[in-house]
Amino acid sequence: MAKTAKPLTMAAALNSAMRDALDEDPNVVIFGEDVGQLGGVFRVTSGLLAEFGEDRVWDSPLAESGIIGTAIGMAMYGMRPIVEMQFDAFSYPAFEQIVSHVAKMRNRTRGRVSLPIVIRIPTSGGIGGVEHHSDSSEAYWTHTPGLTVVTPSNPADAYSMLREAIASDDPVIFLEPKSHYWMKEGTEQSGPPLPMNKAAVVREGTDVTLISYGPTVAVALKTAELAEEEDLSVEVIDLRSLSPFDDETVCASVRKTSRSVVIHEAAQFGGYGAEVAARVTEREFYHLAAPILRITGADIPFPAPLLEKYYLPTPERILNAMSTWEWDD
Amino acid sequence: MSLTEETSARAVLPDAEAFTLIDASGAAVPIDRRRGYELPDVEVLKELYRRMVIARRWETQVTALTRQGRLSTYPSARGQEASEIGTVMAMQETDWLFPTYRDSIAVGTRGVVTAELLSGFRGDWHSGWDPKEHRIAPQATPLATQVLHAVGLAMAAKLKGDPIATVTFIGDGATSEGDAHEGFNFAGVWQTPTVFIIQNNQFAISVPIAKQTRARMLADKAVGYGIPGYHVDGNDIAAVFAVVTEALDRARSGGGPTMIECLTYRIEPHTNSDDPSRYRDAADVEAWKARDPIARLERYLTTEGALDDELRASIEEESERIAAAMREAMNREPAIDPMELFEHVYNEPRASLLEQRDALKAELEDAHDAGAVS
Repeated sequence: MAKTAKPLTMAAALNSAMRDALDEDPNVVIFGEDVGQLGGVFRVTSGLLAEFGEDRVWDSPLAESGIIGTAIGMAMYGMRPIVEMQFDAFSYPAFEQIVSHVAKMRNRTRGRVSLPIVIRIPTSGGIGGVEHHSDSSEAYWTHTPGLTVVTPSNPADAYSMLREAIASDDPVIFLEPKSHYWMKEGTEQSGPPLPMNKAAVVREGTDVTLISYGPTVAVALKTAELAEEEDLSVEVIDLRSLSPFDDETVCASVRKTSRSVVIHEAAQFGGYGAEVAARVTEREFYHLAAPILRITGADIPFPAPLLEKYYLPTPERILNAMSTWEWDD
Repeated sequence: MSLTEETSARAVLPDAEAFTLIDASGAAVPIDRRRGYELPDVEVLKELYRRMVIARRWETQVTALTRQGRLSTYPSARGQEASEIGTVMAMQETDWLFPTYRDSIAVGTRGVVTAELLSGFRGDWHSGWDPKEHRIAPQATPLATQVLHAVGLAMAAKLKGDPIATVTFIGDGATSEGDAHEGFNFAGVWQTPTVFIIQNNQFAISVPIAKQTRARMLADKAVGYGIPGYHVDGNDIAAVFAVVTEALDRARSGGGPTMIECLTYRIEPHTNSDDPSRYRDAADVEAWKARDPIARLERYLTTEGALDDELRASIEEESERIAAAMREAMNREPAIDPMELFEHVYNEPRASLLEQRDALKAELEDAHDAGAVS
């Protein structure tokens, strides 16, 4: 339960989640690059060092593999580390520790050692970042058994999902859309928070299902608004959890609409959208009126800042793709 | 400069000559060369001897079983018993060990039973023992990754105020890995109670130490991390035990990490699939056999009158008994359950895994039914 007053931005919501977790559980610790004194390059951990002291929140040496590797040892001894990777592309030095150890420890020890680690990664583009600051790394993690991969699209989810991730006994990759850090609340649903592993229907519709997550939820919602002007009723799903995948919610929507587009910023080939399209097709082929389409980044390295607008998915591109379908009515 | 004068406050280059208490001939070195250390008590040395004899006999049996195909592979630590056993015998029960694939005898000496210890090499599960029960992490197959785990666990213990230390083994080749550097550095900065045992057995599979580093010796690296470094004769269990004991005491009492290079030699091939004739001279192996850790301690204890034929025979008999029990355990087929494949990946069961488990179950039942009919 949130003790803090309603947060204003996603960054503040994440900050509140960590503050409340630090407050409730002495085993929760936070460390990483610049997360202490500075409060993180995005200020998401702002004020936590001052409030909880250096035994709970501290600046580590600048080495991502070292951060994840030491978090593993801490978790083996009963702590619940929250670590930050600063930017997606800076998580790659830690790839071996995450894929070979974080993901596998529970299985290789026959369930005797769980690693309750939260790996926070500011993800994706849209902020005009220089090279290596705008990657979308989700497919690397979702392809790895043993990891839970989630991504919030709004401040309320950011709070409830991070609390749940910290409380989880399994390791969680927590992807924070960096273009949304300063997003104000208001888009989230009311009522009790949805569990972290459930997808949300954030807009109901009957003609098309747009499957989105993280930064592309806003793009999908904008698309739905524009489509409405053309008398198309678009349902928008915010996946929230990429692994596990909420087949039930997604398939129910596609059965209803019979048409779907998956939207993500990451490159298309071998990307997360391919998995979504394949598994929904396997389950709902006879309910589909058209092939599931993918609107994603191109199969190129993430572009330089002045060129990113040509790369990122846009409502226009999604509407154009939808217009390539044959519509009977 | 005395080793005992070194503190974590100001690291200095270790002595070039590997520190020895009992030399290759089995004689105790003169007091003026003991650098302030005392020889371990003779009862301790007898116990170290017993443990090494048992470990070698056990490992000889494992290697034989591997040749017979009972294990898929086995990396032997023959010749390195002093580093392996001297280190773990210096540890307390509450300390944690982070071993590599070559350190099975160290794990066994800490009390893990054979069937659990050899689970990974036998192939019935990746890691067989309960790490929390034994305070031993699973054996690391990737190189140097476990160094960071040892530093992290030590940091957690330090934060909780528990007076324990962590020990990790790392090979000479693995010191070239980035994770070794990051582990040494984090430990230095955080002053964690961690002891790094670098077993310099001179070869990383086939590649000699000269192709891993330009450093005078691996222990020299400690100075760059601001931590004490020691260069120890890794075939002298008295020296290993004395230096590791001191490093662990310092770690547990808040004195921070220590790097200890144990100079030793891998007598056996890297694993049973290796061919050392392609990269080293048999004469080198013979020269190192003359520095055997067990033979030298046996000579010392015999000269001291602490080891007679009766005791030697009783230790040998005990080793044979342990090897026979191990052989019997390994000749029993391990219990494997394909349904378990899906059981431990997550705390929360996942629908997609349960579907895949049920599919495998149906497949096996179909195959079983087909077999019953035909």
